[in-house]
Amino acid sequence: MIELSNICLSYGKNDILTNVSLSLRQQGLTSIIGPNGAGKSSLLAILNRLQKPTSGEVRIDGQPIDSFDNRVLATRLSILRQDNQINARISVRDLVCFGRFPYHNGRPTAEDWAVIDQAIHYLDMSDLQDRYLDQLSGGQRQRAFIAMVLAQDTQYVFLDEPLNNLDMKHSVAIMKQLRRACEELSKSIVVVLHDINFASCYSDEIVSMKHGRIAHSGSPEQVMQDHILMDLYDMPLSVQQIDDKRLCLYYL
Amino acid sequence: MKAFLLTLGLVAALAVISLFVGVADLSASEENYSLLFLTRIPRTLAVLLAGSSLAIAGVIMQMLARNKFVEPTTTGTVEWATLGILLLLIFAPESSVMVKLIVACLFAVVGAVSFLFLLSRIRIQSEVIVPLVGIMYSGIMSSTITFIAFQYDLIQSIWTWIQGDFSMIMRGRYELLWLSGVLCIAAYITANQFTLVGLGESVAKNLGVNYRWIVIWGVCMVAVISGITVVNAGVIPFLGLVVPNLVSVFMGDNLRKSLPWIALIGAGLVLACDLLARTLRYPYEVPIGIIMGVFGSVIFLSILLHRNRQYD
Amino acid sequence: MTEAVSRPRPLHWPTLTPGWRLALLLTLVVFAIALYLTWDIKASLAFTLKYRSKKLITLLLVGFSVSTATLLFQTLSQNRILTPGIMGFDALYVLIQSILVLTLGVIGFNTLNPYMKWGMETALMILAMLMMYRLLFRGNQQSLQFMMLAGIIFGVLFSSGSALVFRLLDPTQFGVLQDALFATFAAVDPILLQISFGVLAVTAVALWRTHARLDVMLLGQNSATSLGLNYNAMVLMILLLVAILVSLSTALVGPVSFFGLLVVHLAYRLAGSYQHRFLIPFAALLGMLTLVSGEFILQHLTNFSTRLSIIIEFFGGLFFLALIIRQGKA
Repeated sequence: MIELSNICLSYGKNDILTNVSLSLRQQGLTSIIGPNGAGKSSLLAILNRLQKPTSGEVRIDGQPIDSFDNRVLATRLSILRQDNQINARISVRDLVCFGRFPYHNGRPTAEDWAVIDQAIHYLDMSDLQDRYLDQLSGGQRQRAFIAMVLAQDTQYVFLDEPLNNLDMKHSVAIMKQLRRACEELSKSIVVVLHDINFASCYSDEIVSMKHGRIAHSGSPEQVMQDHILMDLYDMPLSVQQIDDKRLCLYYL
Repeated sequence: MKAFLLTLGLVAALAVISLFVGVADLSASEENYSLLFLTRIPRTLAVLLAGSSLAIAGVIMQMLARNKFVEPTTTGTVEWATLGILLLLIFAPESSVMVKLIVACLFAVVGAVSFLFLLSRIRIQSEVIVPLVGIMYSGIMSSTITFIAFQYDLIQSIWTWIQGDFSMIMRGRYELLWLSGVLCIAAYITANQFTLVGLGESVAKNLGVNYRWIVIWGVCMVAVISGITVVNAGVIPFLGLVVPNLVSVFMGDNLRKSLPWIALIGAGLVLACDLLARTLRYPYEVPIGIIMGVFGSVIFLSILLHRNRQYD
Repeated sequence: MTEAVSRPRPLHWPTLTPGWRLALLLTLVVFAIALYLTWDIKASLAFTLKYRSKKLITLLLVGFSVSTATLLFQTLSQNRILTPGIMGFDALYVLIQSILVLTLGVIGFNTLNPYMKWGMETALMILAMLMMYRLLFRGNQQSLQFMMLAGIIFGVLFSSGSALVFRLLDPTQFGVLQDALFATFAAVDPILLQISFGVLAVTAVALWRTHARLDVMLLGQNSATSLGLNYNAMVLMILLLVAILVSLSTALVGPVSFFGLLVVHLAYRLAGSYQHRFLIPFAALLGMLTLVSGEFILQHLTNFSTRLSIIIEFFGGLFFLALIIRQGKA
């Protein structure tokens, strides 16, 4: 269980996050949505320990995040941020192998390799596994990083806009994959998403953020409401029921 | 693996040739054997050690700055070490090699840390800005050095000091370079951590790497290697830039795999240049820095142009 | 794009038009010149003026040629980081001279007609630059990063190449080369002066006739061509001008690396216009102002025994770093 209590973050006079309290489910897929600048990425930066909150506390399985040993924490919680502008020439396979680094510390075992192969296979990258990152397209690189995080095999997985740069086919494939990981491996996966329809179709829970605060949280049915979303994004839109899914039309 | 052994053999052969190149003819008489042990072997060893450690310092700097176009001589680190030596020449000209080394290393630490600090202050870290800041910074430092040297009439001595040269190496005057050899091995042991640091703070922290400590460790390593080579052999430009980029083309940037290659090719390249420096205008010696500049840049440019053509 | 990010925004002085800014700068230059010529005269006025004006002319010529060459080169290569200095063009000039001394020998080099010598050097320079240009700038979408790296390495190649040739020369040859390379500030060679004014005139006429086309060049090869510009002819002209300007400034004071970058960046920010008819004179005047006032301060207000180039390098570098850091914060 990950609990954030009263997290505040500010730079000088700018409040980035104000009193964010959230407890993330032990298992299942949670989506965080919200307009640009709502503080979603800052929240992940705090979990990534790139940033210390001005006040408040993050507890993982009851223990404060700061008290964890780096390596132990890396086996509980993994985070993929969106700014992976990497020009290193590292092969996909090596990158995914680094996902096992907290376990093998440089000497991967046969078991590690099995997990690595599986992660590569999951993300449909077997043909590309010997390519260098700088030879891949943006979407392929994104998938390579997701494979790395999956290989890390942690209970909690945070992904900041994992669908960036991906085409429709791979977006759907990844969301299905994440869904499957939640169910089969009983993981708790948190994704920051821009496309709220993906959030609606694949999440167990949606958390919406605005101006550094939590605006709403609940099941897709509870959050996917005209007035809630219009209020959140400050624009006209309409939510339609199509089969058993609620989809938001905002293109017009 | 086969290729590695083959290259290793090639470098070893070069090293053997290096033992027999020099003004005095080794085979002539018995007493010349002492020459072999007094100067030739130390010189060859010094060249090998300096070559591999400088190449490794270059690649570590590149990982820390997350940019492939930086190395200690283009980011002010070596200039700071030189500044330390200049200040010693002014205020304590009699100091021992050990003192010189310590001072050079301390100054090099300041140089590397200040460069990384400068980088952290720059929001826009584009590929181009980072090496540019480094070049500017080392430009500032070398003009500071020239300025101070001018005031104390030390231009000539600091120049001879700066220009890379192995001709003064003999037994008793190069042993400190073994320390860089030790550091190379230490770098290999922590290679994975450096690769992860090269992937960025976020990825490194996510995988449980103690980012800050690895950066500090890397800075110290780069500084000590720079300090040792400046004190023992002067400035050898360019090596840390050429070799890692060269190796990256066929081995990638996973340091666990590429570091042995970087060390080997670094050693081989410096050895080849040193041989050339000794034979080009025999019996005089041309500073190795100059040879390195010419051949290093030609090699590098041809790789670069070739690669560029492939991408078209 | 990285390039767009590194491009400095002009400062906003809404009241000053580019023309007024230019006028203001001109006044400052005139003021600096007057100060430089008349401050603290110890010998007779006539002697002092004669002595100082020689040096002044050198400073002005260098200021003009380095700034203009840098600006033109940046327009051509569509970036604001590479300069002829960073690409090592001045080191190339030194290299060409050393090779000439090496191949022609001392007597051959010294008996060569000075105009012919200069012409030969410049022709070689243009040839080498054309080859470099073809290697580096083929196609339209060359990455800036590639150009920058290759450029800097060309610079290292040229400077270590000439250092190597120095080592291969015997002492007499070296002496001749040194004389040829570093004409001192104080004693300007009259022939060099004549050549300089020729260069100045040619450059001025060429720029006057083409400044509007230079503005179009900023849009890149594709757009410029579709707007009816003879792109290759423009490239040739710019390379030609850059080559003669660089040879001139190198012949006068030797290689300078960051001065052009500093001045041109300042000009981009302060000139208040992207148009070359303002930018070129602004950069040129700024270059002159920097050199003249720098020399003035160094000579009269401090008692350091050092060269101006060292000081400019130092403050130029500091200034540039400050610029980049400030940009990141905004």
